[in-house]
Amino acid sequence: MRKVAIIGVGNSKFGARQDVNLAELAFEAVKPAFEDAGVTGKDIPFVTLGSAGGWYEETLPAVVTAEYCGLTGAGLVHCEAACASGSAAFATAYLDVASGHNDVAMAVGVEKMREVDTPTILELIGRAGYYFWEFHNFGITFPAYYALHATAHMAKYGTTEEDLALVSVKNHKYAAMNPVAHFQRVITVKDALEAPAIAWPLKLYDCCPVTDGASAIILASEEKVKEFKIDTPVWVAGIGYSSGTANLTNRENYVGLTAAAHAAQRAFKDAGVGPDDIEVATAHDCFTIAEIMAYEDIGFCKKGEGAKLIREGQTEVGGKIPVNVDGGLKAKGHPIGATGCSMIYELTKQLRGEAEKRQRQVPLKKYLALAHNVGGTGHYCYVTILRR
Amino acid sequence: MAAALPTLKSRPLSLTYEIPISKTKKFWNEIKEGKIYTTKCKKCGRLFFPPVADCPTCLSSDIEWVELSNEAEIETFTHVSVLPATFQKYEPYTIAIGRLREGVRVLAWLKDVKLEDTKVGMKVKLVPKVSSEGMLTYEFLPI
Repeated sequence: MRKVAIIGVGNSKFGARQDVNLAELAFEAVKPAFEDAGVTGKDIPFVTLGSAGGWYEETLPAVVTAEYCGLTGAGLVHCEAACASGSAAFATAYLDVASGHNDVAMAVGVEKMREVDTPTILELIGRAGYYFWEFHNFGITFPAYYALHATAHMAKYGTTEEDLALVSVKNHKYAAMNPVAHFQRVITVKDALEAPAIAWPLKLYDCCPVTDGASAIILASEEKVKEFKIDTPVWVAGIGYSSGTANLTNRENYVGLTAAAHAAQRAFKDAGVGPDDIEVATAHDCFTIAEIMAYEDIGFCKKGEGAKLIREGQTEVGGKIPVNVDGGLKAKGHPIGATGCSMIYELTKQLRGEAEKRQRQVPLKKYLALAHNVGGTGHYCYVTILRR
Repeated sequence: MAAALPTLKSRPLSLTYEIPISKTKKFWNEIKEGKIYTTKCKKCGRLFFPPVADCPTCLSSDIEWVELSNEAEIETFTHVSVLPATFQKYEPYTIAIGRLREGVRVLAWLKDVKLEDTKVGMKVKLVPKVSSEGMLTYEFLPI
């Protein structure tokens, strides 16, 4: 396997994007990625598109997007790994270049989630586990899947509803500094604790919003980095992936995601670094409990000590390991298939020292960053380590 | 709030899937008899829930049906207040995962216990049920 660099990134504004359809939204990420890298569609022989789909009208999102963005003719694949579809697309594009099969590839993540109403979105995402055994008779929703983990974590480790609220407060704070974020306002612990329950113990501010968005990443070989005269390449240092059972009842426990722990271990081994070397991370905080479990599954702290990390402010800028200082899924928004690429977008900006607001830029010495992207409730997980 | 932007409505489509149950028919039939059955691999001895016809551990399809006890302990739970589209007519419900005496886990509704009285570790019973709409299901009830 050869070295692969990120040479261009783009991200649409995340939010309620009723002004654009799927392909128009993807264009808002693809064009800036081209401009960032200084390349055109003619330079891209392979395109991967991450999108979970089912809530928008198109059945072949990759084909529609490629045509609209001038990428027709490139090798094309649609990657699905639920909420990690963007990372699946990124990993597939990375492997294509790393293997030497192509010298340049592009990963696009896009999701248009607001063309159906909220009960329909809850229905479709609720079915994303094992429909037959867990949804058909019991109507489980995605907040409920993570609430089952929150209840177990609270019972075993004493994590509290206040701890969950602190994750939301932190992520809203940074989203308010991020121009692409869905939410642009801060909240308080009181706001979070007094919000209506969605699936106890998770309340409104414990849950990511329903968001439209797109993100695009261009990857290239070392030779192409030189040929395109890329000033600040960001290298893929390591990548790891794993999966978990469809039925939640076939898991070992509900206080962490085994697939995430395995994916992190594999990524660290691939990169030859450990959790203590990472200086900035994006973690999959679709629900506040998910960020606390992510700290533990990645190894930023010991199992059961995730709440301590947030209480001590260790995951803020200036702390031991800043996490989700782009606002996270919680407040930047979680357009399912776009999220994985958007994590890479954010970390590339951080590693280049280009985070939009100075308060959001993490000071770096080793220039090592990590993206942790979970699909479903630990059904899939991708961990990617980047190095400048 | 800005005025709604122009959109075009797609053609509506209603989807119903016909899900094969030939290989788990006994499970559904026994619910009508008031019993919960599951499968066990005759080759490696693994007990499953939900029941499967093929063992993912040893890939044997030589399985037997066994009746489960109804004794369960709650491992975790949630109370769902915001409901998905096809559950809109229901009252908010509690979903629990219970570990049966035999070691397998079951996800089902927990009925007849207030949320504030529901605790991890509480003992409950697993009861098969034919719902008022004729759906074959099962639920946890207090002892």
